[in-house]
Amino acid sequence: MIATHYVYWAFFALMLIGLYVVISHGNLLKKLIGLSLFQVGVFLFYISLGKRYGGSASIISEDVRAYSHPLPQVLILTAIVVGVATLAVGLALAVRIFEAYGTVEEDEITDDDSTGPDGADSDSTGAKGTGSLHKTDRHGSGS
Amino acid sequence: MTQLPVLQVTIPLACAPLCVLVRSRTAAWLVFLAAALFSLTCAALLTEQVADDGPVRYRMGGWPVPAGIEFVVGDFSTPILLLVSLSAAAAAVYGHRSVAAEMDARRSTLLYACLCLTLAGLLGLTVTGDVFNAFVFLEISSLATYTLIAMGRRRRALLAAFRYLVIGSVGAVFVLIGIGLAYAVTGTLNMADLAQRLSDSGGNRAVQAAVVFVFVGLAIKMALFPLHAWLPAAYAEAPSVVSTFIAAASTKVAIYVLCRFAFTVFGASLVFHSMPGDRIGLLLAAVAMLVASAAACLQNDLRYLLAWSSIAQIGYIMAGVALATTAGLSAAYLHIMAHAVTKAALFGTAGLLLIRLGSVQLSALAGIGRRMPWTFAAFVVAGLGLIGVPPTAGFVSKWALVAALVERDQWLVLGALLASSLLAVFYVGRVVEIAWFREPPEGAEPVRPATSMVAAVWFLALLSLYFGIDPTLPDRLADAAASALLGTGGG
Repeated sequence: MIATHYVYWAFFALMLIGLYVVISHGNLLKKLIGLSLFQVGVFLFYISLGKRYGGSASIISEDVRAYSHPLPQVLILTAIVVGVATLAVGLALAVRIFEAYGTVEEDEITDDDSTGPDGADSDSTGAKGTGSLHKTDRHGSGS
Repeated sequence: MTQLPVLQVTIPLACAPLCVLVRSRTAAWLVFLAAALFSLTCAALLTEQVADDGPVRYRMGGWPVPAGIEFVVGDFSTPILLLVSLSAAAAAVYGHRSVAAEMDARRSTLLYACLCLTLAGLLGLTVTGDVFNAFVFLEISSLATYTLIAMGRRRRALLAAFRYLVIGSVGAVFVLIGIGLAYAVTGTLNMADLAQRLSDSGGNRAVQAAVVFVFVGLAIKMALFPLHAWLPAAYAEAPSVVSTFIAAASTKVAIYVLCRFAFTVFGASLVFHSMPGDRIGLLLAAVAMLVASAAACLQNDLRYLLAWSSIAQIGYIMAGVALATTAGLSAAYLHIMAHAVTKAALFGTAGLLLIRLGSVQLSALAGIGRRMPWTFAAFVVAGLGLIGVPPTAGFVSKWALVAALVERDQWLVLGALLASSLLAVFYVGRVVEIAWFREPPEGAEPVRPATSMVAAVWFLALLSLYFGIDPTLPDRLADAAASALLGTGGG
């Protein structure tokens, strides 16, 4: 079972490592890293479904006898885009959280919320957050 | 007319960048309103067409079916289409003044753009006949929702959005694994084709794993107990217009997708007979009703209270689905419609109170019923709908659910349902008691609530009353949906 299906075992192990990182770490960035690992494991799983021994890329040619299945690759192209978008939104949120709280550790944020003010004070922080996020973005792409 | 299934998805999708480009708050609002009204019109036309001539199938680019992507509008999807587009239209009417009061102009256009994207994603998810396409639409609507929640007033909204993003993405990836496993077994992604080939292939461990992954992934998306942890903060911290819309639409669409997968892809006989989908579903539903209603009683913030009550209501709907009978599914559809209308009205009222008071802590609500009698009366009407008092839509759907449970001798679940309804009497009653019978604080400034917001809330509350008095339309839709789901599922 393991010998013949070792590819699937490896990819499911990768998914589990990713999921474990998401659950066990309190740092928001590490959670996102775990989430990406988890997604990449699934992407590899899909790609491996379409692979054929000795199969070539699906470009029609006279010398080629066997092709790998192109459909899973196309699907995963879409899923990678979705994954990148998720990661981008997650990182943007992490930046905003860092601006509002000064930390990206989940337990410190929760402590801060239960002790600190959450009314009018945080309103202004939120508004400032948007403004400076814009600037940070531009700096990020420049450097 | 033949292009309706695809137009109702692509028009809101195309409106999203338009909202950003116009740069003016009112123009962006008009674009969203137009998109919502357009999809509502499409949904109404499609409902009529489906009722007359049976399911509408639309092939993308004219490609033949197992290869190309297909949109299917059947009896099972029309109630959801109507519901999503109607709640979008109500949220649009409500949103103009609500957004103006809550955020600056630059962010408002982005908010409307994200609302358009959410609408497009939810509608696409409802009509698609291709499982991978369903995953893509699920992620379109979810990503837009994370962004919308992060626009909330308080900084807690950021953390709520981040948590929802992490949990929601894990859920979506679980669905993706399930789809991958089903694809590995059958080699197809079209729902009808999958159903055909899965029933031919018989029981198979990979298919069972696929069912489990899809079930767990969608259970996260619809906040079924015990995977509900993201929901209270997400609903309570989002801008009012967003919580009004997503409380009505997004979890309901996830339940619909679960029904679609369970009955029209994997087949009821596999999910509910060879696998213990019915027992697990009923157990989780019963626990959700009890725990979430009890948690709602302990909340001190009106919007958190409403969010917890949503989790309990998901339990009611899940109970109907897990029965896997015509009566149960029909009750589930009825409750989806009833609860969407009711909860949208309640979150809408909470938004009105929030603008007036600056906080919806229960202690701040003292005497608000006397100062804003019209607004608060809508809350009471919708609250009665939440409890299930006649004559409201909530009563009709709960009655149908009770009948369906009795039919299958599920007395324990019935007991949980009754206990949960009693708890609902308590938590709604507590809000009403504080708002109506306590003395208002001295020297409070009167603020007139915006007419359009009150009108939207009252429209929803009256709709809930109307469907309670004359439930022919929802009954007809729900019965057709239930028989369509059970008819095509091979169950």
